[in-house]
Amino acid sequence: MDHFSWFTLMGLDKYDYILGSILVLIILALAGLKISKILSRDDSVLPDEKFSIRTIFEILTIDFLFDLFTNMLGSREKAKLYFPLLGGAFFFIMFANLLGILPGFLPPTGNFNVPVACGIVIFVMYNYYGFRENGISYLKHFAGPVIFLAPLMFVIELISHFVRPVSLSLRLFMNITGDHMVLGVFTNLVHYIIPAIFVGLGIFVSLLQAFIFTVLSAIYIALATAHDADIE
Amino acid sequence: MKKEVDKMKKALSLLSIFGVAMFAAFVPESAHAADGGELTKLGLALGAGLGIGIAAGVAGLGQGRATAAALSGIARNPGASSKILTPMIIGLALIESLVIYALLIAFLLQGKI
Repeated sequence: MDHFSWFTLMGLDKYDYILGSILVLIILALAGLKISKILSRDDSVLPDEKFSIRTIFEILTIDFLFDLFTNMLGSREKAKLYFPLLGGAFFFIMFANLLGILPGFLPPTGNFNVPVACGIVIFVMYNYYGFRENGISYLKHFAGPVIFLAPLMFVIELISHFVRPVSLSLRLFMNITGDHMVLGVFTNLVHYIIPAIFVGLGIFVSLLQAFIFTVLSAIYIALATAHDADIE
Repeated sequence: MKKEVDKMKKALSLLSIFGVAMFAAFVPESAHAADGGELTKLGLALGAGLGIGIAAGVAGLGQGRATAAALSGIARNPGASSKILTPMIIGLALIESLVIYALLIAFLLQGKI
């Protein structure tokens, strides 16, 4: 299936996903600059009357994400500490998935490299947070409950830890690619009205996959930074 | 008397397993001697189709159980509906991700035909 995208007009067909990611980052940076300019005014505590970009980001960030991270991570201070990584992952993946809904763009997460990059970043960062929070006794997480089962439990825990970035990235990649492929097949079958249902499904799957990625990353960070008295 | 019957049953089952293993070791040789191309394509196509079909069917059962439990919880306590909905969505997405792994294998097999 030959796919047209606006970047083929410039002949940069092969770098579609890199240019798509740069486009998403430019959109997020522009939105962030605009909102920070609004927030540095004097009357920034009052919300806007109309529906604006600031309102969308406020609802997503403060109402939705902050309460979610407080529930998952356990306390508001931890939610504030780990918010930049998790919130950044949520917004980047949501906008990258939604870019595929616009006609003529391929979603950057539809290429195999971008979700793998997101998964590897989350994997490295949650191990780093585990070491930073618990010191060297973070390795006790791998030992299991009883001390003389430690060699067996070490192997099992190591395998399950290495499966985590694989599962995160594969889930995201295959959901977006499969959804795009289903939309393509149905547009080939019935050209006119029925594919609108699949565009709706595509929007739902994009939002859901960004949410699932963020929730699972928050759970991994919560498990890694839990102090020993909290386990079991 | 019972001990001897048990011992004979164990010996018979071990012997039958051994016999099936020997038989299974020799059957693929004759299958290999047949047309390699057509049989390979048949195997790949069957594997891809049946794999994703069984995965989707069993995942449908699992998601049906999750949704049924969530719905009965909402029916008992309609006020807690939004607190029940979020873990239900997470559970459904995790079950669906297993189907996605099977879909990946089906794509890899189908690409080799």
